[in-house]
This record gives sequence, structure tokens and C-alpha cells, in this order.
Amino acid sequence: MIRITVDGEPVQGREGQTIAGVLVGAGRTAWRTAQTGGRGVFCGIGVCHDCLVSVNGVEGVRACRREAVDGDRVEREVRP
Amino acid sequence: MRHVAILGGGPAGLAAAQGALAAGARVSLIDEGDRLGGQFWRHHERLTDPRLQHAWHRFERLRGALAGGGAQVLVGASVWSAEASVDGVRLRAVVGDADGDGRSAIDVDADAVVVATGAHDLALPVPGWTLPGVTTAGAAQALAKRDGVAVGRRTVVSGSGPFLLPVAHSLALVGSHVVGVHETSRMPALAGGWLPRPWELAGKAGEFVGYVGALARHRIPYRTGSAVVRVLGRDRVEGVVVARLDADWRPMPGTEREVACDAVALGHGFTPRLEAALALGCAIDGDHRGRFVAVDDAQRTSVAGVFAAGEVTGIGGADAALAEGAVAGFVAAGGALDDPRLRGPVAARRRTHAFATRLERAHGIRPGWTSWLDDDTIVCRCEAVTRRAVAERADVPLRAMRLATRAGLGPCQGRTCGRAVEAIVAESGGAAASVGFDRRPVLAPVRIGELAALADTDPRT
Repeated sequence: MIRITVDGEPVQGREGQTIAGVLVGAGRTAWRTAQTGGRGVFCGIGVCHDCLVSVNGVEGVRACRREAVDGDRVEREVRP
Repeated sequence: MRHVAILGGGPAGLAAAQGALAAGARVSLIDEGDRLGGQFWRHHERLTDPRLQHAWHRFERLRGALAGGGAQVLVGASVWSAEASVDGVRLRAVVGDADGDGRSAIDVDADAVVVATGAHDLALPVPGWTLPGVTTAGAAQALAKRDGVAVGRRTVVSGSGPFLLPVAHSLALVGSHVVGVHETSRMPALAGGWLPRPWELAGKAGEFVGYVGALARHRIPYRTGSAVVRVLGRDRVEGVVVARLDADWRPMPGTEREVACDAVALGHGFTPRLEAALALGCAIDGDHRGRFVAVDDAQRTSVAGVFAAGEVTGIGGADAALAEGAVAGFVAAGGALDDPRLRGPVAARRRTHAFATRLERAHGIRPGWTSWLDDDTIVCRCEAVTRRAVAERADVPLRAMRLATRAGLGPCQGRTCGRAVEAIVAESGGAAASVGFDRRPVLAPVRIGELAALADTDPRT
């Protein structure tokens, strides 16, 4: 089991899962704010960039491609 | 010793590596994923349910051949530049955590390259498709296979092609209730593609029937001539409207009905990942139904030293990719096409090419799909560009249309919306589809800081 935080809230996942896998597994569907509302995973393989998050202060990380590491701080990105 | 670089670690790339090793070359295989296997054999050692994998023994054999042959394997490597010259091929990549800020640079110089970059899902727009809970069919499959999670509790699968069946099966195995699979093509088209000359199908029809049986065991209805034509919900998916369609994929009035669900998986076929082949200067063949890297019998592209195999040359599935890869790798390494060791792959390739033609006939996108769009349906997800905005500027050149609307200029660079935008432009009286939407100056996302650091350290600059 691993624990990450998403906008400060703790979320549990399984070791080896991608960040998108952890979030979807925890029942979350939207974790980015786009012009038209919330977005989450769409293509799941790194093509569409809908699932971007900040991870430990680094922006623009595709949640579907990055393996989650225990203690990761994941934060929402907002597009004005 | 000849050095062959292989771009992509899916079925085509792995078979190419094995072929090149067999012909006596030194091999470097590069893939952006964190493991070999590509999308077809996407996996994680502890998380993947083995029931979701197909022909896994072939993957293990190929992986073993690479290790036994001493191939250099670079995973987690994003190639951002590919150039071919008379001296050979140079690939430039960054290696490390996906989209991390501490990746290291690596250049691979080789005598030849096999482009085996595969394809990604093509999901046509539907009103409401930007709601959270809508994913591509490939995303549902990837999350099920790699991460062991279901995209929703009640999922509707809609689109076209045999791929929808394993996706629905995977969803059921990871615990989602699959409300239904909606195959957009109607029975006459499906029969026209699948039924004639059954001896050519070499087990493919049996595979299809096997999946339909698996869906029946999970009590998942498979409906043909039917599609999700609208996604409903406020902040996330709450349901869909499904309708019956005519042969051109136009919804038939009066057949709409609402279905409650919390997830929708859409897949209308696949789009080849052409950017590396384009950067290398390869000629592209095809029309609005699909554009692919042009290759000859030996999988040679129009550029000397550059070969291509797998879905970048046509959507034919894993068996086609394995056969083409074997040929490409062997010839790239200096082997002869008439070498007895290539007899098997060459024969397999002939069968699988017939299969690609059948797939298009049975499941190919029909032009009527645009009639399920509203004027204000978002077509370009990145930049929130509507169908109306694209249609209004259909008569100006593609580049001007894109600059005016921003369609295809967001982070995905038109990978997601390209085909749909082209269809709307064409039906609104604009230019026919062209390769313009497939060209991308940087092949993979790289941070500006990473490029700047490379410029500082590169002795050639």
C-alpha cells in the first residue's frame, strides 16, 4: 500500500500503480480544472494530456504515465 | 557490426529486435513506457491479472530473445528528435521518470532504424464527451491491465471494431458492470467484412466469436448499428443517450433511449503515431480514412536506412505487427528478404494484410457520424474549440484555420481531434484531409529547461 496526497487529502493506492490508477481506484474522476470544467484521465496512454497534474512541485506531469511513489504530493492544475 | 535502432517496444518493435539480432546486428530498442510490451502487452508484474493478457507466451519469448542476444533496452525513454542522413540515423531522447525534471539525455546513433511506434485510440467526439468519466476504450483497457482498476462501476462501451470486445471483457474482470457494448457498424457491414473467404481469417473470426461468448457469460449485451450519441451529466457522467444508426452512422430519429451509467469508454479504431516517421522524412500514403507510413515488401520506407512495421503502416493487429517487425528487423540488419528464415513472417504478413482490409470494410468510420454533434459540441478538447468554430473557418487553409480557432494547437498537438476536425472541414466545403495535422516539431514533450541543458553540454553545438 502507498499513500499520496491530492490537494492535501490523503489517498491510498497499490504499489506500482500510476497516479491515474491510484486516483481512479479511489473513485476520483476529475483532478484538473480546464476551461469547460473538470478533467481526469481520457486516453490513458500519454497522448491527450487531459490528466496533467503537479507532482512534488513539478508541473505538467501526465498522471497516466507517472508511477506513484509513496509520499507524492499531487496538486491540481487550473487553466484560466 | 551493423547497429539497428528500434523505436517502440510493442509487438512490432520486439519482433524487429529479434529479427535484427538473428541477422547479426547490434540492437538498441527504445520505448517511452516503463516496461516492454507496448499497449498490446501493457502490464505490471504485481498488478496485472493474467486473464487480461493475450498471447503472453509470445511476449515472454521475444523478451527472452532480446536478453539472450544482448540488445540494449532503453525504457522510460522519450525520443524527442529523430534525424536520418547519409551517415545513418540519430535519435535523441531523455530517460527517467515520465515528465520528470531530472531526466538524463541520451543519443543513439545507428546505421538503420525500425519505426514501430504503434497507434493510439481514435475516439470521435460526442456531445458531453469532455465530462469526467468519459475515456477512450484504450484508457479503460490500460487502467484495467496495468493498474488493475475499473474506470467506472457501470460502464457503457461504444465505438467500432473488434477491440471493444476485449475492453468490455477486461472491464468485467476488474469488477465493472458493463451495461452494454454498442458497435456502431450495422450487421450488413460487419458481415461484409467478416464473413467472406473465412479461410483467410486464420483464427481471427474464432477470436471474435470467443469474445462474444465471453460477453454473454458476463451477461453483457452486444448491440450492432447502435452508438452512444450523447453523454449526460452535470459535473461528471450520469448517463448516456444511445440510438440506432443507419448504414452511414446517422442516428435514426425516434430510436434514442437513456441509459444510466457512471463511465463511458469510446473507441472508433486507431490512429498511427506518425510523428517519428514524419520527422525522419518518410513518405505517407492514404486518404481521409487513414494515413500510414508507405513501405515496400521489405518494410523499407522512402528514406534509406529507415524501416517501419506494425500499426504505423496499417491497422492490422498484433499478428500483423509481429510479422512485419520480423521482416523489418532482419532486413534492416542487412539480411535478405528471400532468406529462408523469413518465410514464416512473409506468409503471415500476407494473411494479416487481408485482415486489415476486412477491418476497414466492417468497422471503418462512416461520414454520417458528424450528425450526432451539436454546433456547440467541443471537438478539440485541449482548446475547447466547437464544431461551429471549425465549420465557420473551413474554407481557409488548414494552417490559418488552426491559428484562428486554435483547434489542434493545445498540449496534445491535434493527436486527439485531428481526424474529427478534418471530417468537419471536409463536410463544410473545406480542403480535403492532408498530412498537415500529423506534423509535430518536437516528437515527445520535453521541458524547455531540459533542451537548454542539452544545448549547454552538447559538444556539437
